[in-house]
Amino acid sequence: MSVIINISRRDFLKTGAMIGGGLMLGVFPRFEEAYGESAAAFVPNAFIRIGTDDIVTVIVNKSEMGQGVYTSIPMVVAEELEADWSKVRIEPAPVDPAYNHTVWGPIQGTGGSTSTWTTWDQLRKAGAAARMMLVQAAAETWSVDPLTCRAENGFVIQTGTDKKLSFGKLTEKAAQMNVPQDIPLKKPEEYKLIGKPIKRLDTPDKSMGKAVFGIDVKRPDMLTAVVARCPVFGGKLKSFDDKKAQAVKGVKSIVQIPTGVAVVADNFWAAKLGRDALEIVWDEGPLSGFDTKKQREEYASLSKTPGAVARKEGDAEAALAGAKKRISAEYEVPYLAHATMEPLNAVVDFRKDGCDIWTGTQFQTIDRNSAAEVLGLKQEQVKIHTTYLGGGFGRRANPHSDFVSEAAHVAKAVKKPVKVMWTREDDIKGGYYRPMWYDRMAAGLDESGNLTGWKHTIVGQSIIAGTAFENALVKESIDETSVEGAQDIPYDVPNIIVDLHSPKYPIPVQWWRSVGHSHTAFVVETFIDEAAYAAGKDPYEFRRGLLSKDPRTKALLELVSQKAGWGSPLPKGRGRGIAVHKSFRRDYIQRRESGPEQFS
Amino acid sequence: MISLDVNGKKYDVDVSPDVPLLWVIREHLGLTGTKFGCGIAQCGACTVHINGKAKRSCRTPVKDAAGKKITTIEGIPEDHPVIKSWIVDDVPQCGYCQPGQIMSVVALLKENPAPTDKDIDDFMSGNLCRCGTYQRVRRSIHRASKMMAEGGKS
Repeated sequence: MSVIINISRRDFLKTGAMIGGGLMLGVFPRFEEAYGESAAAFVPNAFIRIGTDDIVTVIVNKSEMGQGVYTSIPMVVAEELEADWSKVRIEPAPVDPAYNHTVWGPIQGTGGSTSTWTTWDQLRKAGAAARMMLVQAAAETWSVDPLTCRAENGFVIQTGTDKKLSFGKLTEKAAQMNVPQDIPLKKPEEYKLIGKPIKRLDTPDKSMGKAVFGIDVKRPDMLTAVVARCPVFGGKLKSFDDKKAQAVKGVKSIVQIPTGVAVVADNFWAAKLGRDALEIVWDEGPLSGFDTKKQREEYASLSKTPGAVARKEGDAEAALAGAKKRISAEYEVPYLAHATMEPLNAVVDFRKDGCDIWTGTQFQTIDRNSAAEVLGLKQEQVKIHTTYLGGGFGRRANPHSDFVSEAAHVAKAVKKPVKVMWTREDDIKGGYYRPMWYDRMAAGLDESGNLTGWKHTIVGQSIIAGTAFENALVKESIDETSVEGAQDIPYDVPNIIVDLHSPKYPIPVQWWRSVGHSHTAFVVETFIDEAAYAAGKDPYEFRRGLLSKDPRTKALLELVSQKAGWGSPLPKGRGRGIAVHKSFRRDYIQRRESGPEQFS
Repeated sequence: MISLDVNGKKYDVDVSPDVPLLWVIREHLGLTGTKFGCGIAQCGACTVHINGKAKRSCRTPVKDAAGKKITTIEGIPEDHPVIKSWIVDDVPQCGYCQPGQIMSVVALLKENPAPTDKDIDDFMSGNLCRCGTYQRVRRSIHRASKMMAEGGKS
């Protein structure tokens, strides 16, 4: 059976998407190529395919790295579609503008806790539009008024009659229906799936060892490579002797690439032994002899000088100088590797006329474009197959496409399908860390213990400088991600200054799980506790008193303290703490009780 | 040639005797459920059973496993109480460490059918999860233990 596809309808849909004012449902890309041989299917937009077998496939444009997006996105679609949840399957999206992030601009990507709120309207409308077309198709089949029909659990039913057809029986007809332009959506009280506990779709495969991660991909005639990279960031290869490495059984070739020397072999272990046997002379470059102690001293002295101002209200310096009591503290956090459980990897199958890449990535478009550039191909000649990600935490959203473009270089040199693998040591040494931060804090209190002045100076590398995101996220020398959680504290302080130094170091840094908040939440909330202690006030009451301009956070804090029994007596040897932080459009309140057993 | 018995199936593999069992399982036998995490027996992602005991295959030379009964995640029946309870509790997040977790749990419950929280923490401390599924791992071990006591019924 041929695929039902109506070109003029597709064009109409495209036009409709443009005039629909932000309703971007898109058209499934390369339809004929993808489904040319498949059974007749109803493919109303880029996100849904319904087969004659009643299977509803939701095409997911977000990467599954543990956050549950292979379940949450189908839930939203199925809710409006009125699909039978047991018939819902998922398929990772190919790279196509239809799958671009709705807020980030023209790239397909997953990160920043954005997947649900940035696809919410788009996916509900995709589901509802498909449902309306199915209902229309059933009504026309039965020659009845579509208003007497409804969709429910994978069927269209005529109310009050025994007329009932499954979605699979309606695919051919539904594909001929016009795409609705006015798409009413359900009210929250009508939800059947959203807001209800539901089983993750990926649990069974992940519990049986069947889920395929990038590292598990195998292609015919595939070779495996590891890369020897300079042990010092910013260094480069001077010379190498590969005689011993070539002699390792299974080693096929040894090639120089921009990031170092790749050892390509029949299997991982041979590649690794080959790499161990390489004799390499590195030019360690400007960071040779670099030491962290010296860097810390530089950060510490920078923190005593004024930086670029991220927030200034009143006169913090004057308030601190005139305070009855003044406290100060310095906080330091180190560089941190993401250390995803699945070490980085990419499989690249490069041919003269195209290339397929299998990898667990959070940045499909950037990786595709980088690989195309390395390989001298057009962007559309490179296909990304997104696998499961054995953890992401931001590492697999590399603005420089480091692990994919490097693998493309290896593939270009060996002209065979190749899997480039990183060992755990490669991963920890490989950079793109959460930056090292140095925070200098000062606070002033009046005679009644009220917080009158707050000064927060932050020192650390910008993760955004030098990337394609610089224009959007760095404004007047302030990288927003460096000061998030510090410049927007919920506390009402009359005199406040938050300033920033962004020293340049050639140590690669990147977003790392919660980004700036990963240090600012710790610093701000620890220091506000110090201030409460100095004021002789209860840490909960002290915070509560500073939240008068943020009623939502205040109410949440009150609720948590109530539920936690704040103020109730504690057994000997136990302590209790509370913290407030706002990040990624959410309020977080954490209350913890600990005893010595936590520290044993 | 090295003779291996994996999940009840016999294989003859032409590999050097010192290659870690992990890579033979993954690359020569194509059983990719067993994962590479660290290569130094510190994370537990590569856990398999050798003669019924949980072992880190990334630090086991293949010669040491020759002639012994090797079980990987693919050899655990889909209706095994541990897999069933894992599904009930939706334990995995990214899922990468889970085959190793499950292999450790199956070995634990064989040794100790009704482990306490402390027994679980002691036995499972070598299986890292970067997503932090530890609380559900613990809950699901208790569930599996109960299921097994009730004769495999859920």
